[in-house]
Amino acid sequence: MLALKLAFKNLMGAGLRTWLNVAALSFAFVVIVFFNGMIDGWNRQSRIDTREWETGTAQYWHPLYDRYDPFTIQDAHAPMSEEVMAEVRKKNLVPVLIAQATAYPQGRMLGVILKGIDPEQTVLKLPTDKIIPSDDVDYAIIGKRMAESAKLNVGDKLLVRWRDRNGTFDAREIQIASIFKCDVPAADKGQIYLRLEVLQKMMGMGNEATILTAGNEFKFKNLMGWEFKDSAFLLADMDKIIQAKKAGGSILEGLLLIIALIAIFDTQVLSIFRRQKEIGTYIALGMTRSQVVGIFTVEGGAHSILATLLGAAYGIPLFWLIGKTGIPMEAAQATDLPIAENIIPYYSIGLILTTIIIVVISATIVSYLPARRIAKMKPTDALKGKLS
Amino acid sequence: MEISSIIKIERLIKRFPVGKTEFTALNGINASFGTGEFAGLVGPSGSGKTTLLNIIGSLDSPSEGEVSVLGRSVSSLTHKQSAKLRNHHIGFIFQTYNLLPVYTVYENVEFALLLQSMSGSERRKAVMAALEWVGLTDKVKSKPSMLSGGECQRVAIARSMVKRPEIVLADEPTANLDSDNSHHILRTMKNLNRELKTTFIFATHDEKVMKYLDRIISLEDGKIVKDNFITGSKN
Repeated sequence: MLALKLAFKNLMGAGLRTWLNVAALSFAFVVIVFFNGMIDGWNRQSRIDTREWETGTAQYWHPLYDRYDPFTIQDAHAPMSEEVMAEVRKKNLVPVLIAQATAYPQGRMLGVILKGIDPEQTVLKLPTDKIIPSDDVDYAIIGKRMAESAKLNVGDKLLVRWRDRNGTFDAREIQIASIFKCDVPAADKGQIYLRLEVLQKMMGMGNEATILTAGNEFKFKNLMGWEFKDSAFLLADMDKIIQAKKAGGSILEGLLLIIALIAIFDTQVLSIFRRQKEIGTYIALGMTRSQVVGIFTVEGGAHSILATLLGAAYGIPLFWLIGKTGIPMEAAQATDLPIAENIIPYYSIGLILTTIIIVVISATIVSYLPARRIAKMKPTDALKGKLS
Repeated sequence: MEISSIIKIERLIKRFPVGKTEFTALNGINASFGTGEFAGLVGPSGSGKTTLLNIIGSLDSPSEGEVSVLGRSVSSLTHKQSAKLRNHHIGFIFQTYNLLPVYTVYENVEFALLLQSMSGSERRKAVMAALEWVGLTDKVKSKPSMLSGGECQRVAIARSMVKRPEIVLADEPTANLDSDNSHHILRTMKNLNRELKTTFIFATHDEKVMKYLDRIISLEDGKIVKDNFITGSKN
C-alpha cells in the first residue's frame, strides 16, 4: 500500500513525462480492445448469419457427402425415412437435395449448385416462400452475389443442364422468382434454390436428400443412415479464419504495446539514473533495497493503471459511437468471408479484463527489469549520485 | 557524569578498490560515543569522515575491525536488519538535504514513520511535534522547491528527529547554508540534543559547527589524530 501511494505521488510529480507514457500505453490499450472487439463482433455476426442462412443449429449429412469435394455430390443422397419425415413435418429438420449443374446465363457457361429445399421451411432465413409452385414454370431464388456474377434479375429465365441419377444429361429453363441479400457467401455464390420436389423430380431422386438442416427446436437423435455434424464442425472453417485474423492483428497490437513498453522501460532507466540520491535517501531512511525496487516497479506498473483510466476516458465514448454506427465492410463483402455490410464491434468483459491484465503485467515486468539494478546499488554511492 | 556507550569502534579499517589496487579510507580507528554526545568528525577532504559516518549508519560495512551500534555489530547485520536499525534508531542529515521533491514538508517528515507500524493520529502528532522543534509548522503543505536552503535543512532535521532516534548522523549539514541559517540549525540541533538526549555526530570542516561541538575527533588520512572533549562549547 505504501509502495502504491509513493508510486502514484512520484508519477504525478513527474508530470508530462508520465502523461506521455500513459498516453502511448493507453493508445495501445484502446487499439487492442478495439481490434479484438471488431474481430469478436465480426465473429458473432458471422456465426449468427451462417447459422441463420446456411447451417442451422446442426446438420445431418449423407455419409458420402463432403462439402469440399464436388465429386461426392453425385452419390451423396438417400431416401428420407419415416422418422426423418416426421421431424421434417414438425419443421425441425429441413431436407436439402444438392446437385451439380451448369447454367447458361446470356449464353455463357457457369458451374452452379442446385439446391432443392422445402419452400415452407422456417429454419433458414432463405426466402423459400418465394419459390412458388407452378405447372408451367420452375421458379428459383438466388442470392445477390450470384445474381451479380450471372447478371440475372428477377423474372429472368435461365437454362440449366444437369445429369440425373442415371448419368443422363437433361436441361430445363428456370425463372428467377426472387433475389435475396445475405452476408454468407456460401449460401449465395453459385447457388440456385429450387423447390425440393422439383429437384427430386429433375434428378429422379424422389423423397431423397443430401443434407438435413436442424432448427432450434430439434433435439439431437441418431438418424440411421445420416451423419450428425454439430455447430462446432460446421463453423470450423470460420473459426480458423477468425483465429488467423486475430493472429494477424496481434502482431500489430504487439508492436504497439512494445513501443509503449519501450517508452516505460526508457523512463524507468532514466528515472533510476536521475533519482539515485532519492534511492539512497530511501535506504538511509530505513527502506530495504527490495522495498525501493518495489516502489520503482509499482511506479512503472502504475503507468498501466493510469493508461487504463485514460483509455477508458476516450475509449468508452469512441467505442459507444462505433457501436452505434458500426464499421462499414462493403469492400470485404466481395471476398468469400461471411461478413456483414456493417460490423458492430463486441466488447466483452473478458476481452477488456484480459487486455487490462496483459497491459498491467507487461508494464510491471518492464518496470521491474531496470529496477532490479537498485538491489545492486551501494547506498553510499547512490547518496552521492555517483553511479553511472 | 557517566555516559553509557552506544557506538563502539574497534580497529576499524575500510578499504575501497581503486582500479587494481585498494585505497585505505579508514585505518585502525578506535573510538566510542555515548548517549547524548554532540560530537564532530573533522578533517580535510578525503580524511575519512563521511566513510566513518556511513559505517556507523550501517550504510556501509567495515573491511576489518568491529563497529557496534546500540549493541549490534554492523558487519553482521542483514540488509533487512540494517534497514530496521536505520529506520528506528538512526537519523541522517545530508549536506544537500535530500528531501523528496514531490512530497510536501509534512510528507517528507512523515516518510520515516510510514515504514513503522504507527497509527495515523500518532504519526500526525509526531510530525507536528518535529516541525514545531524546527519552527516550520506553517510550511506543512509547502514542497521543498518552495523553501529556502535553511528551511530545507530544518525539514531534514525534523525528518531525522521525528522518529526520536538515539543517534543522528549529520554529514556537512551547514555546507550549503549561510552563516545565519547555519547558526540557526546548529542551535536547533543543540537544543534537541539537550532535550531528547540524542547523540549527534557530525562530519564537518566548518568552523561554525566546531564551536557548538562538545567533542572534536580530528581525522587525517583515515586515522584519528586528536580526540578532544571540549568544555564550554557554544550553546
